[in-house]
Amino acid sequence: MSRERVLILISGGVVGLLGVLLVVFGNPPNMVFCIACFERDIAGALGLHRASVVQYIRPEIIGIVLGALIASLAFREFRAEGGSSPILRFFVAMFVMMGALVFLGCPLRMILRLAGGDLNALVAFAGFATGIYIGVLLLKAGFNFGAAKRQKAASGWALPLFMLLLLVLLIFAPQFKQNGPIFFSKKGPGSMHAPILLSLLAGLVVGFLAQRSRLCLMGGTRDLFLIGDTHLLSGFGMVLLVAFIGNLIAGRVHFGFAGQPVAHDEHLWNFLGMSVVGLGSVLLGGCPLRQLVLAGRGNTDSAIAVLGMIVGAAFAHNFNTAASPKGVPFWGAFIAVFGLAVCVLIGILNREKV
Amino acid sequence: MADNSVVDARGLSCPIPVIRTKKALDAQPDKLVVLVDAQVQVENVTRMAKSKGYVVKEVKKEGDTFRILIVRGK
Repeated sequence: MSRERVLILISGGVVGLLGVLLVVFGNPPNMVFCIACFERDIAGALGLHRASVVQYIRPEIIGIVLGALIASLAFREFRAEGGSSPILRFFVAMFVMMGALVFLGCPLRMILRLAGGDLNALVAFAGFATGIYIGVLLLKAGFNFGAAKRQKAASGWALPLFMLLLLVLLIFAPQFKQNGPIFFSKKGPGSMHAPILLSLLAGLVVGFLAQRSRLCLMGGTRDLFLIGDTHLLSGFGMVLLVAFIGNLIAGRVHFGFAGQPVAHDEHLWNFLGMSVVGLGSVLLGGCPLRQLVLAGRGNTDSAIAVLGMIVGAAFAHNFNTAASPKGVPFWGAFIAVFGLAVCVLIGILNREKV
Repeated sequence: MADNSVVDARGLSCPIPVIRTKKALDAQPDKLVVLVDAQVQVENVTRMAKSKGYVVKEVKKEGDTFRILIVRGK
């Protein structure tokens, strides 16, 4: 087995294992390590949206970016670069987030939900794969956001430093005005979290490993469709396998569609919501986790995508497109269809001659 | 050196460097040079070349650019 293959299997396994551990130590059930949910919580903590049950500065997100930064510095891969259609990436990332919040999870949480027996995640995976397939067709038709250019190091450091600032805000939790930010949920999923140090450490480990192994939860399915390559897919599989075994041991596997933790069973919208995530991630060149990791190693287009996702989460809650365990609101259904259409259009308009 | 023996994939996101390499290798050249600027793309391009029965003979770093020399495997 090649060193690359070993690395990706280890990364997948560690992500799956940490997923189970973080729930045991207090993170919301089956949510554990959801990039979309956690960026949404950060948006809430900053007061960009006021959904009071999902507000917390998640140290996992901070840790992933900083872990990737450390790995890329240690192995001399840090490289500030950007300028590959940043404004379109920002909007695509907004739609990725809004699609994820229709399903209630990023690709990583989709796997972890499946590993907890939530069969809605199977429906979502079918939608995710369909979205990726559409993306692959666009790639074959010549889709390209253009080349990124080398930038000054300061640009590459901007998002990692913003993450450090978030860490300071988390630790000191200053109140900037009466009833003002920083907001921390007193009940609901936002109030459930593992100890800060443990969450941060878990993020650092995942960020470090994901930077070394290039783990991407969209890339596996994409490469399978595109070139029949299963390298990245093996990482995806390991997350599922290890999290499933871990959940079995912890007695947390409950097969079914109804009554799953922080989930709903509206199949059409689970399917379409994750279709947006699949297609959007192909356009961005990586899943939400991969965007955090790339941002940590200096890619400012991915940093823009991370900010787009945080803003997308704020829109999702302010404009009532985010689903809840009660179901998908009308505007959530709307945004899934609209987001899919816009992403297809962006893909078509950014083709080059092949 | 003819144009089609060099693929310049510098600055491009995943998986476009791999798609371009694949397309160039589909024409069955004896050798191909691929230019990329990230270590991850070196790995991706190498994997693609292997799957097509080619081998990476040499990777040279010239400033920001990795110059990957791919030749037909035996």
